[in-house]
Amino acid sequence: MDPSARMAGNDRAAADVVVIGAGTAGLVAAIRLSQGGLRVRVVAAGHGCLVLAPGVIDVLGYAPERVADPARALAPFVAAHPDHPYARVGPDGLDRALAWFRETVAPLGYVGALRHNRLLLTALGGLRPSCLVPQTMAAGDLSQGGPVLVVGFHGLRDFSPALVAANLCAVVPAPGTGVAARAATLEWPGPSGDGRPLTLARRLEDRSLRAAVGRDLRTVLGDEPRVGMPAVLGVDRWQEVWEEMQLVAGRPIFEIPLVPPSIPGLRLFDLLRRVLRAAGGRLQVGAPVTGVRHRNGRVEAVTVARTPREQVIDTRWVVLATGGVGGGGLQVDPDGTVREPTLGLPVHGVPVPGHPRVLPDPFASHPLDRAGLAVDEAWRPVDRSGRVVALNLHAAGAALTGCEPWREKSGEGISIATGYLAASAILEEAG
Amino acid sequence: MTPGRLALTAVGDSLDRCIKCTVCESACPVAAVTSLFPGPKTVGPQAERFRQSQGSSPDRSVDYCSGCGVCTRVCPHGVRIAEINARARARWRGRTGVSLRDHLLARPVLTGRLGRPVAPVFNWALGQRPLRVAAERLLGVHRAAPLPRVVGRTFRYRVSRRRPPRSPDRVVYFHGCSVDYFEPWVGQMTVAILEHNGFAVDIPRQGCCGLPLQSTGLFEPARRSVRRLARSLSPAGTDGLPIIASSTSCGLMVKREAEEILGVEDARLRDVSRRTYDLFEFLAGLHRAGRLRTDFTPVPLTVAYYAPCQQRGQGIGEPAMDVLGLVPGLRILELDRSCCGIAGTYGLKREKYAIAMAVGRPLFDDIAAARPDLVACDSETCRWQIGRATGLPTVHPLELLYRAYGGAEPGSAAAGPGGQ
Repeated sequence: MDPSARMAGNDRAAADVVVIGAGTAGLVAAIRLSQGGLRVRVVAAGHGCLVLAPGVIDVLGYAPERVADPARALAPFVAAHPDHPYARVGPDGLDRALAWFRETVAPLGYVGALRHNRLLLTALGGLRPSCLVPQTMAAGDLSQGGPVLVVGFHGLRDFSPALVAANLCAVVPAPGTGVAARAATLEWPGPSGDGRPLTLARRLEDRSLRAAVGRDLRTVLGDEPRVGMPAVLGVDRWQEVWEEMQLVAGRPIFEIPLVPPSIPGLRLFDLLRRVLRAAGGRLQVGAPVTGVRHRNGRVEAVTVARTPREQVIDTRWVVLATGGVGGGGLQVDPDGTVREPTLGLPVHGVPVPGHPRVLPDPFASHPLDRAGLAVDEAWRPVDRSGRVVALNLHAAGAALTGCEPWREKSGEGISIATGYLAASAILEEAG
Repeated sequence: MTPGRLALTAVGDSLDRCIKCTVCESACPVAAVTSLFPGPKTVGPQAERFRQSQGSSPDRSVDYCSGCGVCTRVCPHGVRIAEINARARARWRGRTGVSLRDHLLARPVLTGRLGRPVAPVFNWALGQRPLRVAAERLLGVHRAAPLPRVVGRTFRYRVSRRRPPRSPDRVVYFHGCSVDYFEPWVGQMTVAILEHNGFAVDIPRQGCCGLPLQSTGLFEPARRSVRRLARSLSPAGTDGLPIIASSTSCGLMVKREAEEILGVEDARLRDVSRRTYDLFEFLAGLHRAGRLRTDFTPVPLTVAYYAPCQQRGQGIGEPAMDVLGLVPGLRILELDRSCCGIAGTYGLKREKYAIAMAVGRPLFDDIAAARPDLVACDSETCRWQIGRATGLPTVHPLELLYRAYGGAEPGSAAAGPGGQ
């Protein structure tokens, strides 16, 4: 007998649900499904994009003007964008998903409400609307303006407090308001460093180095009622670091997200993984999915590339949450073809042949930005005629069609809501 | 090219897929604790461009990569960072030379053979501080590093007189050096578990897989070792049989690293590689096929389980969790940390011991917080490191399965590794 045939049965695993992808949508779906009592296995080519994101939960920031109240803006936004994932999510779905999320990541103390977008400070001194923010950014809402002290570190890459303060003085959060920003720079703690945010964050977890930073911080304080610092206030032990810095400053301190790797994103990723494991879910990283086996319109198994043998995971449901173009969940070929590379699902919203590849205004909306998977009411991908591709295949997150998360500032809201609701659809079917 | 198998050139070319997203930097356990290693992206895909044009490594930081492989596993774009770095490390070592210590650490069979006839003296010496201090000064093996005790009677000796049951279902057991010289009970329990499930177990004579040689940068002897091993594991009459490895790192070497890092192109090795299974991978597959015996007696223990880097590198998930989950009474807490620090022989070295302990600290803290009765981990060097650092009995998960099948109290595992 052919050896590979003889041993084929040895490379099988089983799960109730295979979730493909370890980003926000995938982990949200996996946790919810595990909490619902199903055996879940997350299979991912690598870590998701959470450590590249600032760790805040954007729901709707621009529509196309800056949104102050996402709850109120949602209805007209959906009316204008009937193919947007939010049209299917609905205000109730969004509410439930976000409430569940806040409870799930309670240790990070996310604050905020759907009725109010905070205006957060960016690492370049701009303002960015966001809905839910971790505790360490709670004091950073600049929507009412006011004086702010921006504190940086000598040698920290990609963060210049002087630049942030100068740009910030020019912004107008709301008519009649402004921000008076002042910059200060602290010494890099300990022996000369490599300038990386992660290195600094880990150093601040050391009590004696932190004490030195605290002494330095005291000398630069002024009358400003709050202080913005780069998001390097500890990785695992952020709470201790952040609280101690506030104690030293005697006023609220808020973190300002930096370029990747993002420490608030890392904290969220670490927590979601731990929550998943605690709920009994499994995580298999570094193992890209190559396809599915199906029969009678249902997916029966997911195949995983591994050296030296392919693995076959028998499953009752699949959730595809591989992300958008940035995460590798959609692929744009040089000839303009857009593919869903993992399972080869039909992609909707692809510009017609001959549509200009590049528009004169690089920031203008390009139809390519909205290309992605279209789904039915149970979050199952459909083909061009609207027929479900497979009865037990669901999709969530940035791979969905009809949205432009980077422009709308809606990425996390879409991923959390669709991940949550795709999981709900499966749980309902499972009974 | 077989699907799922990466050609050697693909490892080098994979660096062009690096978009500098820093996912690997955020996950690297070594860069997290020392500035001597500037991170997998910097040392790997970035420095490799210089190495490719100049042919040699630009600096020694690559020597501080522990080879745990976390970077390759977490890379969402398929860049083979750890493999690129392993090859760069070998080129660096080629320039600087390999110390006597590294030659010794790279040859566990030699240590075993020299130590075994004088096992009581050897093991006594491991616990003597003055001798360990001397060894640290003379050799560079850290005085507190977790070194295994040598057993007087090897695994092969212990099984030489057994009468294997007859069965049409046969498997080959790849026990590796550690089972033979340091932890024979792991091998004995493996054989007992496989026989309990109706398999006849072939145990061909076998040597080292060459992994320690490879991680030391001695690629040529490593290639010879793994080629020789492939022949040993496929003696006449064993065509097509599954090969079961109870050591996760040796299994990884045969499955992947010999080809991806050493570039060994060998039909015999490829055949052996395709047939090699991690023990729990095999048992989980049996269960899936409805063939695993589940005549378990309850094991009322709380166990902290840690899936080692080398096993995660096999991309098989956590099969021990699947199988141990079937055992009544057993409460398993899974530890979500990336590395224990030891990385084979990395943490034994004087200049790297402190780094290895710092890498493992979050894991040790999680274990202490979990207050388990036992710690379970599939890799031997990780068990020695964790046992030494936490003071808790640290066993191969198969010992729990053995116990669930009604086996006697696990052998001498609780004795733990030697060291100061």
